[in-house]
Formats: sequence, structure tokens, C-alpha cells
Amino acid sequence: MSTAATPAEAPRRRRKSTKLKRRQTRLAWLLLVPSLAVVAFVALYPLGKTVFQSFTDEEFLGLNPVSWVGLENYKDLWHDTTFRDSIWTTIKFTVITVAFEFVLGLAIALIVNSSFKGRGVMRAVMLIPWAIPTVVAAQMWKSMLQSNGVISDAGVRLHILSEPHAWIADPSTALAAVAAVDIWKTTPFVALLLLAGLQVIPHDLYEAAEVDGANPLQQFWRITLPLLWPAIFVTLIFRTLDALRVFDVFYVFFGNRLGTQSMAIYAQSTIVGDGYVGYGAAISMAIFLIIALFVVIYLTFQRLVMR
Amino acid sequence: MKHASVRLVAGVAGTLALVASLAVATAGTAGNQAQHAAKYPAPKVPGAAAIKAKYGGESITFIGDSVGGSHARDLALAKQFTKDTGIKVKVVPHPAASDASYSQLARVFSSKSSSFDVAMIDVVWPGAFAPYLVDLKPKLGKAAKQHAQGIVQNDTVDGKLVAMPWFGDFGILYYRTDLLRKYGYTAPPKTWTQLFAMAKKIQDGEQAANDKFYGFVFQGNSYEGLTCDALEWYESAGAGGFIDNGKVTIDNPKGARILDQFRAQIGKITPRDVTTYQEGEAHTAFVEGNAAFMRNWPYAYSIGQDPKSSKIVGKFSVTVLPHASGKSVGTVGGWQLAVNRFSKHVDASIEFVRYMTSAPVQKFNAITNTNVPTIPAVARDKAVVKANPYLKPEIASVMRVTRPANSLKAHYNEGSKAIYQGINQILNGRPASSVLPSIESKLERILR
Repeated sequence: MSTAATPAEAPRRRRKSTKLKRRQTRLAWLLLVPSLAVVAFVALYPLGKTVFQSFTDEEFLGLNPVSWVGLENYKDLWHDTTFRDSIWTTIKFTVITVAFEFVLGLAIALIVNSSFKGRGVMRAVMLIPWAIPTVVAAQMWKSMLQSNGVISDAGVRLHILSEPHAWIADPSTALAAVAAVDIWKTTPFVALLLLAGLQVIPHDLYEAAEVDGANPLQQFWRITLPLLWPAIFVTLIFRTLDALRVFDVFYVFFGNRLGTQSMAIYAQSTIVGDGYVGYGAAISMAIFLIIALFVVIYLTFQRLVMR
Repeated sequence: MKHASVRLVAGVAGTLALVASLAVATAGTAGNQAQHAAKYPAPKVPGAAAIKAKYGGESITFIGDSVGGSHARDLALAKQFTKDTGIKVKVVPHPAASDASYSQLARVFSSKSSSFDVAMIDVVWPGAFAPYLVDLKPKLGKAAKQHAQGIVQNDTVDGKLVAMPWFGDFGILYYRTDLLRKYGYTAPPKTWTQLFAMAKKIQDGEQAANDKFYGFVFQGNSYEGLTCDALEWYESAGAGGFIDNGKVTIDNPKGARILDQFRAQIGKITPRDVTTYQEGEAHTAFVEGNAAFMRNWPYAYSIGQDPKSSKIVGKFSVTVLPHASGKSVGTVGGWQLAVNRFSKHVDASIEFVRYMTSAPVQKFNAITNTNVPTIPAVARDKAVVKANPYLKPEIASVMRVTRPANSLKAHYNEGSKAIYQGINQILNGRPASSVLPSIESKLERILR
């Protein structure tokens, strides 16, 4: 009896809720339409167009009609040693800068999170490098890193260097020079993000730890770090994606120099300089996939750590 | 409380950043303003009343020059033109590196934009840009007849005059007359080997008092300017012109030898950073008294003679570039004025071009900004020769060599990039024999 009644009632109830649900779903979609339209226009359309272009031989100032070349661009890209070099340059740059920025940024965040006199001023001052436009900062650093610039001069005077060094011109120090500028400029941003993460950690946890006799190092490993993980992930993802797309500092420092091109520089010079829009689109797709790969790695790692 | 402190933080940081960037920006323009001294007034526009009646009140945008005092020159001429004709001219300086400037124009053209009306274009660009430029022949054909016909030919593509010659350029050697005398030399070097030796001796002597002093500066950065400099090394060593008669010739023993000779001098008689130098860094080093020799274009002469920017007024001179086993040459540079086909003010723009490329303006440019006239009659003018010693016949008659623009056509930029990137690698330490084959194959691929 009851077994017969339940199935008879259940569908009705389900139907009822479905109707409401449907109405709500419809409303939800309706409310989402404007933002979806915007996303489609500013993100999907350019992305789709780039995908399409990457299968064509479109040229910038080309007068011939554009034709479909299939995977030709991707085949060329596979054998393109300049692009391969630019991938390695960019990845090396990313690993160096993100590592330094994270360690330094965390140290600075911990310092300005503790209470001391003049903390407000300190927090303001530390943001200056980040607030200076990158191209301006890069230009300043470029002149400082010339062999007759202040850095070589100071190095020689302090007997750290035996003779003035041309940091940018010398291929063996070029990457370090460009990484130093990025670290100088972006560490404050990392510190700011981590500081925001630190400030939401309840203070009573530390008080309790104090009562339990935990030393500061134990407090850091057991309280600060675990609770800071979400902020750390956001920061690392932000910085990694930014570093992989780096353009401005490299452009000011090296222009079109071989061996010191980031992926974005190579894409830009292929499209805008040489006028190969189709091939450049294929490069852009490759960059997109490389960055996507990093995102997947991070998200997988995050899921493992968070669990 | 927290919000207030965040706002304070942002406010203070923002203000400081603004101050810092302004300081940098003004530091950059101070030099230009020093050049602005008007020793010679901008010429009046001929037939201004008729132009004013037809096009007065229109406004056009001019992508002009940015090297040295050239922006000040453009502003002075545009101001005079607006005053006489009522056509407003907005002058926008182009990026100093000519390949960046090429990209900027290519972008505008391919989007069929009317965001500018008149632009200065490099001597190697008419082939690539021709489809996007107005044919000036109907209105300016007659005026073009007074210019050097070689350049007019260069600016004529498929029978259309797509640009008007504005000023010519060729590479010359600047040298310090006082230092040559001090170290016992009576004449500037004839060969590169002599230049290297003289630069070494002078540098060794001068560095005792000035550790920023070097023997020789040129344009060694990975950019268009290096293609120009390297072409002079090649031609003066009998190594050809990179591409000759449609065949790529850049990988040859004479070329490799002269490149390796230059590589051996980097960081010895030049600053190690010379491989990052463009025109600006080179002339700065020279006019501040930090170099004995410089390869540059004629524009640098007026900067060297301007007491506001130069420490070597009256202490330098110019001559033809040295040579190796070939003859002395100078790479042809120079700029043309062209009108954007998508411009909404084509006629007003053509009047502006007519004025800017006229004989009186070329004389003005030559005297106030040491630009080489493209009108031979102006180049022979006594006042012009007096202000531009490199127009003396023995220098002006040096063999001019052209970059391989005619072979590379619309792919000139890409070909030149292959050349300067490779040569920059050589100057940065790689043997020429390990780099030249890859430049050669890149160029061959472009020509195919």
C-alpha cells in the first residue's frame, strides 16, 4: 500500500518543485544574459577569432586574400627554435621571479603585520615600486644597470665588483637583471596580497598557542601557514600568470634581441613587426595552452594540499 | 579604521609614484627644450591665403620626429603653418626606434584608421606601405622635380608618388679634433684598423682622468640602426650589401672577418653596453665628452654644437667613415612625408606636405637641425654648407649604400630583423661563422 502511494506522490512533489525550479532557472539565465554577452564579446569572440586566424596565412599588410592552411602554422611552430628559446626564457624568468617575490613578499607581509610604530607609513612606502608604471621603472633600471650606471659604480666602490659590469648587454647576466627589476617591482604586490590573508587569521589562535607554550616558529608552521594557504595560492597563481605573459620590462631592456625574448615579445614581434597574423595567432594559442597548463598544475596541487 | 588606513596607504603610494614618474618624464624633456632656441625663424607658407580660404579650420595629425631637437623643429614649423593657413596641426612624435615606428604605422594602416593624416616614413618603407598612401603625383609632381631624383624614384611605387622626400641622411664619422691633436694625430682615420688603434691610444690616455671615457661608440642594439651600421662595415670591406642582385650574400668570408674584428673591440675600445646603444645613447656619450669617435647621422652635429647640451662645442669635426679592403661608404637613411589614404583631410594634408618639403623649409631644417636637404640646390646653398660641414663636396660625395629594401619589399622589416638580431649576437660574443649561416637561411626563406 504505502509502497504504491509513495511513488504516486513523489512525482507530483517533484513536478511541483521542478516548476518552481524551472522558473528560477529561467530567471537566473535571464539575469546572467548581460554578463554572458559581455564575456562572449570581450573574451570568447577574440579567442575564437585567434583560433580561426591560427589556421590561416593572414598577413598584416598583405594584399593577397587570406586562405586556410590547416595545421601548417602549428607544424612550423613545432620546429621554431626561436619560439622554443622564448619558452625557456619565460619559464626561467617565471620560476626565478615568483620564488623570490614569494619569499620576500611573505617576509615583508609578516613584518608589517606585526604592530610597531610607524606601521601605516611603512605599508604606504613599501607600495611605491609597485605604483610606478612598469615602463618608467624599467627605463630607470636600464640606465642604472649600464656599465657606467650607479649599480656598477657602487659595486666597484664597495669592492664587490672588480670592474664595471654591463648587466643588460652581457648575455650571462641579462636574465638576472630583468628578473631583479620584476622582483623589485612586484614584491610589494605579493606582500599586499599576503598581508590581506594574514589579517583575517583570528588573533586568539596565537594567544591560545602562546598559552600552550608554542614558540613563534611553531606558531608560524602550525597556525599562520595553514591558514594562509588560500591567500598563498591566489598570490602564486596571479604572479605566475603575470610572469608568463611578461612583456614590458623585456621590451624596454632588450627590444628584439635574440635569446632574451619572452613569449609575449616573440608573439608581438611576429604579428606587429613582421606582419604574420596567422602564425602569430598560432604562437598566441601556444602561449594560451602553456599558461593553461600552469593553471591546471596549480589547481591540482591546491586540491591536494587543501585536502 | 582599517578602511581609513587602506585609503591612506593607497593615497600616499599613488602620490609618490606620480611624483616619481613626473620627475622621470621632465628629465626626459629638459634636453629637448634646451634645443628649442630659435636662431632662425620658420619660413612663411607660400600662397597661404588661397589655402586658408579652402581648408582653413580643418585639423590634421602629423606623426613627426623625436630624435634630438627634431620634435622642436616640427613644432615650430607646424605652428607657422597653422598661423598662416588656419589648418590646425597636432604633432605627435613617433617612437625613436624606427622599427617600432614601422609597427605603429602598420597597425594603423591595417585597421584602415584615420587616426593620423601625415606621417614621416623611412626610406625603406614606401614599398610596404604604398597601398595605404595617397598618390601625391597630381598635386606635388611638379614640386618633386626639384628633389634628388634617386630619392623620388625610391618614393615612386608602380608609377605613384606615395611619399615626398623630406630629408636625407647618411652615416658619417664624428671625431674629437682636440684629442686627435693631443695624441699626435694630424688626420682622422682612413681605415677601421687605424680607427681601432687611435681609439685605443686615446682611451688609454683619457681613462686615467675619466673612467667613463671610451674610444668609439656606434649603434649596436638589436634594432634597425644596427642593420645600417653593419651595412657600412660590409660595403667598406668589399663584402657586399647582404643581398645583391636578388641573391643572399651575407654569409661570406670578408663579412665574417669584419664582423669578428668589430666583436673583438666590444668592451675594449667601446663601452661593453654599446650592444644596447641606439642613436641617442651614442650621441649622449659623445657630446658629454665620453668618446673619441662616433658613427652617427648628421642630426647629431647640431646637438654637438649646442652649448646647452654639449661639452664639446668647437672640439669635434666630421668626415667619411673608415673602410677596410673596400671604399668608404655611408648607409642611406632619410625620411619622407606621406599622406594616409584613409585620412579625412587629404587636401589639407597635402598642403602641409607641400610646405614641409619645400626649399625654404629644407633650408630651415638644414641650418637649425642639421638635416641633409633632398633638394640639391638647397644642399649647395652657402649658409647651409656653413652650418653643415658634412655637405662639403669631399664628404657629401661619399658612396651611398642602400639597405636591401628593394629585394625584401613588404618583408623588409622581417629581413632586417634577421640581420640585426644575428649581428647583435655576434657583437655580444658569438663568432660570426656560427651565426651568419642562420641569417643567410632566414633571408633566403623570406625571398622564396
